Amino acid sequence: MNNILIADKVTKRYGDHLALNNLSLEIPRNSIYGLLGPNGAGKTTLIRIINQITYPDQGTILFDGQPLEAKHIAMIGYLPEERGLYKSMKVGEQALYLAQLKGMSKTEAKAKLDYWFKRLDIGDWWNKKIQELSKGMAQKIQFIVTVLHQPKLLIFDEPFSGFDPINANLIKDEILRLKENGTSIIFSTHRMESVEELCEYIALIHKSEKLLDGKLSDIKNAYKNNVFQVGLGVPHANGVLEELQEKFRILSFEYVDNGQQLNFTVQLPSGDTGAFLTHVSGKANVNNFTETIPSANDIFIRTVQNQQVS
Amino acid sequence: MSKLALIIKREYLAKVRNKSFVVMTFLSPILMVAMVALIVYLAKVNDNETRVIGILNESGYFSNDFQGTDHTSYVSFRNVELEAAKDSIVKMGLYGLLYLPDHPDVEQVAEQAVFFTKDAPGSSVVSSLESVFENRLRMERLQELGVSASDFKRLELQFEINTATFSGERNLKGINEIKAFIGGGFGYLIMMFIIIYGGFVMRSVIEEKTSRIVEVIISSVKPFQLMLGKIIGTSLAGITQFIIWIISASLLLGILTLIFGIDLAALNAGTENTPGLIGGAASMANSDTTMQLYANELLRIPWVLLITFFMIYFILGYLIYSSIYAAIGAAVDNETDTQQFIFPIIMPLMLAIYVGFFSVFNNPHGPIAVGFSLFPLTSPIVMLMRLPGGIGEGGVPLWELLVSIALLIVTFIGIVWVAAKIYRVGILMYGKKPSYKELFKWLKY
Repeated sequence: MNNILIADKVTKRYGDHLALNNLSLEIPRNSIYGLLGPNGAGKTTLIRIINQITYPDQGTILFDGQPLEAKHIAMIGYLPEERGLYKSMKVGEQALYLAQLKGMSKTEAKAKLDYWFKRLDIGDWWNKKIQELSKGMAQKIQFIVTVLHQPKLLIFDEPFSGFDPINANLIKDEILRLKENGTSIIFSTHRMESVEELCEYIALIHKSEKLLDGKLSDIKNAYKNNVFQVGLGVPHANGVLEELQEKFRILSFEYVDNGQQLNFTVQLPSGDTGAFLTHVSGKANVNNFTETIPSANDIFIRTVQNQQVS
Repeated sequence: MSKLALIIKREYLAKVRNKSFVVMTFLSPILMVAMVALIVYLAKVNDNETRVIGILNESGYFSNDFQGTDHTSYVSFRNVELEAAKDSIVKMGLYGLLYLPDHPDVEQVAEQAVFFTKDAPGSSVVSSLESVFENRLRMERLQELGVSASDFKRLELQFEINTATFSGERNLKGINEIKAFIGGGFGYLIMMFIIIYGGFVMRSVIEEKTSRIVEVIISSVKPFQLMLGKIIGTSLAGITQFIIWIISASLLLGILTLIFGIDLAALNAGTENTPGLIGGAASMANSDTTMQLYANELLRIPWVLLITFFMIYFILGYLIYSSIYAAIGAAVDNETDTQQFIFPIIMPLMLAIYVGFFSVFNNPHGPIAVGFSLFPLTSPIVMLMRLPGGIGEGGVPLWELLVSIALLIVTFIGIVWVAAKIYRVGILMYGKKPSYKELFKWLKY
């Protein structure tokens, strides 16, 4: 089994509202999987189904090859979008309580907490109440109770909202380390750029349906359309630009450095980069030449538009 | 430890460690005893107040009829004008002036007598004056009929009828009221417990919603487990508090009676020697045997049965109401939004208490008492008021008890099911105050 989780034709309704429509996904083991889409697309519903907070009307979920059932709860760690802790409960007690609810024994939980408290620089907070801590510290505790029971699958819903930049980086590093150690991770977010760099796989969800899914690099390659960014060092720029505009499809341009450099984007016929470079290198210094890779956001917008056209 | 046990433990500890809970637990008995002491004190002050009433008697009658009592004394005015007497009453700060005009006919004197006061007089004062007139007039008329004063004395009597059941047991006056009062006490206890600790359950659910921890928890346990654990944990905390209250209040009362013990005994003796009874020694002996009978009768109240059914009704009634409270807490975002939902819960409780006190006390087995002791939302309170009379002959028919409990159990299952559904959906809903219509929709989610 190479997939930690398989969702097969999952449908969920809330009254008249269709939250998930016949959605199928495969989440590969030991990878970081991005569940991307705007607010209200159905991401949180899917996550709640995986966490057995709610149940699908139709369709099945396989966890680690078995139909999802109560015992799997202890193998999943979930950081919800709406998250918090008991404000008037002490840090240590609270962490122990949540760990025990996930099925850990008290001694085991204590040992793990010691490890994590040291690792994330949480010193003598054990007897402090959450309301006495700063928000950043509370966020660290929240992260620890999510990962403490060494889940096989970690689910983060809007993980970086509410984290300050320093903690966000710290958490990002910890997440990458967990992945190195074999954990499978799902990221769910509507701010696609925020997790794009972390994800190996993504699924785009829109209006309760999956638009596309797969390996991020494959998707991007499929959505490339031979657009390149070019920077030319040109003392007499005007002439070069007009000549290029006659021969190639220039999408946009601008002059920088007091007219010493011309930056532009150009769309080339596929595979024709050689001819273009030969052509310009005779006329100016090529300072940079890079292919524009579409962002997940671009891909999302294009997919939605294509769907509306068709 | 099972997850439910973990939740119960957390809820219990969170409650009993709460500062305001601790303060209430230890302050309430003191407040309660202080209140009782204050009421006793105030009653005494009220009793000790004596009124002085001036009498300007220009007639030849009633000269010996106005005798002072503990609370009222009379001052006679002689040879003064009415206006002058009024003035001096005001100057001396007396309660009022009774004016009896001069007339040969006693009936006319009484007819034309006037009682002057600064403000409208208290009704007890007026009625005690009136009874003096009535007695005098009755005596005068009897004398006209030829009955002597000594014969009249012989006519003064009081009578109490003895009652017995067909099986020959002697009944005691007021025992039914006492029994209903004991049952009422149990019912009242249930109502208070539901209102106080149901509210705690609701606030605890709202707290979990506002602190946003609830989704973290229900990704580990089922929402129903969380709800049940919360209700049980909170009620255990409530039972702890009740036990502390009962123990410390009885200790404090014990201490108070030790300090003021003699006082209270004297007061009791004083009230028992009411005039009109046969006389000293006989009355004492009589009241002793009466007390004995009452004690016997109280011992014959089926306590084991009563407490068993108290537990059954308490547990079922409390679970029904507190799960409704939990559902309300889940449906709203903050406490101010709860009002519209709380009123319909409080209403049957209040209705049960009022119906209990006004209807069950008079007729424990009348149609209203039976109806309300079968209706599941009021039966925990009303049935307990009826139960001290026992089960079967002379008490609650067995079938009524069984039907009442069966209905309660069915309602319990139905309401907990509905509440759990609303709870499950509600705890994950933020930002809007739901209408009843929406709550109904949630049942289908």
